Amino acid sequence: MSFVTILYAVLFYVAAIILFVGLAYRIYEYSIIPAPLKIPTPPAPQTQRGVIFRFFKEVVLFESLFSATKWTWLFSWLFHFALLLAAFRHLKYFTDPVWFWVSFDIVQAAGHYGAYVMIFGLLGLLGRRIFVDRVRYISSPSDYLILILIISIALTGLMMKWFQTDILAVRQFFLGLMYFQLSELPNDFMLLIHLSLVILLMIIFPYSKLLHAPGLFFSPTRNQTDTAREKRHISKWAREIEN
Amino acid sequence: MAENKFNTPQIREYPVIPALEKEATLHLAPFKSKEEFQSSLGYPGELVDNWQEKALDKMGDLLKKYRSLRVYLDSCMQCGACTDKCHYYLGTKDPNNMPVGRQNLMRSVYRRYFTLPGKYFPKLVGAQDLTKEVLDEWYSYYHQCSQCRRCAVFCPIGIDTAEISMAAREVMDSIGVGQKYCNEIIGKVHKIGNNLGLPEPALEDTLEGLEEDVVDEVGIDVKFPLDQKGADVLLVTPSADFFAEPHVDGLIGYAKVFHQAGISWTLSSHASEAANFGMFIGSYENMRKLALRIREAALELNVKRIVFGECGHAWRVAYSFLNTLAGPFDFLDSRYPVPQHICEVTNDLIDKKVLNFDKSANDDMTLTYHDSCNVARASNMGGIMGGQFSIPRKIIKAAANNYFDMDEETIKEKTYCCGGGGGLLTDDLIELRVKGALPRMEALKQVVDEKGVTHMAAICAICKSQFSKVFQYYGLELDQIVSLHQLVGNALIMNKKEV
Ligand code: SF4
Ligand code: SF4
Repeated sequence: MSFVTILYAVLFYVAAIILFVGLAYRIYEYSIIPAPLKIPTPPAPQTQRGVIFRFFKEVVLFESLFSATKWTWLFSWLFHFALLLAAFRHLKYFTDPVWFWVSFDIVQAAGHYGAYVMIFGLLGLLGRRIFVDRVRYISSPSDYLILILIISIALTGLMMKWFQTDILAVRQFFLGLMYFQLSELPNDFMLLIHLSLVILLMIIFPYSKLLHAPGLFFSPTRNQTDTAREKRHISKWAREIEN
Repeated sequence: MAENKFNTPQIREYPVIPALEKEATLHLAPFKSKEEFQSSLGYPGELVDNWQEKALDKMGDLLKKYRSLRVYLDSCMQCGACTDKCHYYLGTKDPNNMPVGRQNLMRSVYRRYFTLPGKYFPKLVGAQDLTKEVLDEWYSYYHQCSQCRRCAVFCPIGIDTAEISMAAREVMDSIGVGQKYCNEIIGKVHKIGNNLGLPEPALEDTLEGLEEDVVDEVGIDVKFPLDQKGADVLLVTPSADFFAEPHVDGLIGYAKVFHQAGISWTLSSHASEAANFGMFIGSYENMRKLALRIREAALELNVKRIVFGECGHAWRVAYSFLNTLAGPFDFLDSRYPVPQHICEVTNDLIDKKVLNFDKSANDDMTLTYHDSCNVARASNMGGIMGGQFSIPRKIIKAAANNYFDMDEETIKEKTYCCGGGGGLLTDDLIELRVKGALPRMEALKQVVDEKGVTHMAAICAICKSQFSKVFQYYGLELDQIVSLHQLVGNALIMNKKEV
């Protein structure tokens, strides 16, 4: 086993632990903190089913963002949608046998061209950060860096195509990580950069604003039903005050 | 007109998003609360010695009590979607009045002390120490938020800046930095029962006066009962309704509705205030104590229903929180929601054809309707989605002939706050109030010019007071703001035979 293979194997294990344990811990924290008062924003659904529909619209269409600003909506929706396509394409590295739909040409092609769309959307978001004075004012270095990080991941991913990376070996490496049978990682410059950046992204995820992903589902203005009069909503600490 | 030390913003023909003016309103800090009012609410009288440590402790405590606070401090993408949504930003151009700018004042401190990256790389993630300067910024800008939740409607995560403002005020109160206006008022309610500090005899006098006025005016003996045991309805209304124009015309309207429908009702001297300023300062305990007065009054007077008068945030606390704070209300008549809004009562009576109107009584007015932020974005009416928008409009249209909505982008869930909500309705913040009213004034001016609107109806005591004050700065007359139930009272056909 080469040093590079071992190094990346260790880094991936560490990053995966930070990502999954970190995220699970955040979700656990969010779930045990009570929401003592009913604060849904309109149009507030009155049933759980309505809440699910609301989330569907938020997650799939970014409804609130659409009503707020069309440019940010366009860029961020394109980015997230393309990210999903790229993720589908990458499933071929992690499934054995490869899930049948993942190997469809259309899924693979969509994932590839998705990278261009991703870069377009991210550059749009970066442009807003740089050129719109209000967004520039609120941006801290990390806000730019996260965009640049994801753009770089997409770019290095695309460039691998030109570097003729042995993707079958890459697949063996990842399957090997998953089944604890380490296999050699191609010593390919662009690939290693791509993977390093992904590792970095995994590590910062639970410590950064990327927490907006789980955060949305815990947002009381969005996940509560509007039933304050019908059903008494009371948290544990508030009940303790009563006694 | 009051003497101006500032310029009233220009009404713009095409509202464009203003360019930033840093620290434009940093100087706008309301008067601080004195020791006696602080201590009556259970807070230290002045800035405590180890205030930084205490403030961080309190923050840590709130982060464990309010999921909203924790999730919202973590989840903001700094995407900027909310940046042009706050009326205070549009009116003052101060970047810290952009909702996310306001949130970041606390988020930067949260990151510094409660997150790993902020501990080790503060510059990188925009974290900062909680210094005296930061505390002063908190005091200014968390008292430049009317907690109207307009930002929360547009934020892709639903981040509600009001939750953060409330938490910030609670943290500041806990280290002895309270706001005079809110804390004095809460003190009065704890002691006397209403925001104005109006004691029972004075209240009784006022109500008798009103009865005489109504007899003189319409020749009908409409009662304004106080502390009447065994009445069906306990009416809880903002104390402004007892004497100030145009509020009092609303109260006369409610009384006429009850009278005409033959519903026995009463006011209570113990719970003579619908407003609950405990919410503004983010204090669950104070909010609960104020809410309990209503429960006590309902039990004491042995009523069957609780109805709230026209007041925006009072209706938020009533509709969304009362059951939580002071429930369960299983001792009341279960056929009616607890509590009910006076608009719901009137609306039901209109549906049942109990109330009939002579709409021409309001023909001297061409009306529009201002959705009060707390009614629009933090409550409901009628148990139907959007009832808080449709029911008041339906009542106005039942009682008046001439009605036009303002621009779609400025009404219903996208309504702009009047500029005086959230505990900011105080003269020491008049500059902020005038500037924050700009978006609403622009929308109003538009229907005044294009549709010939002469009057704007509202169902919130704060909105009514705020508009009657700031209209003059924008070249409108103060009596151009009316109570919704004033229109009802004007047009209601009363049965003379009952005299
Ligand atoms: S709650 Fe209202 S006043 Fe406060 S930041 Fe949001 S929009 Fe502005
Ligand atoms: S819209 Fe929401 S996520 Fe975006 S900057 Fe404003 S508060 Fe943050």
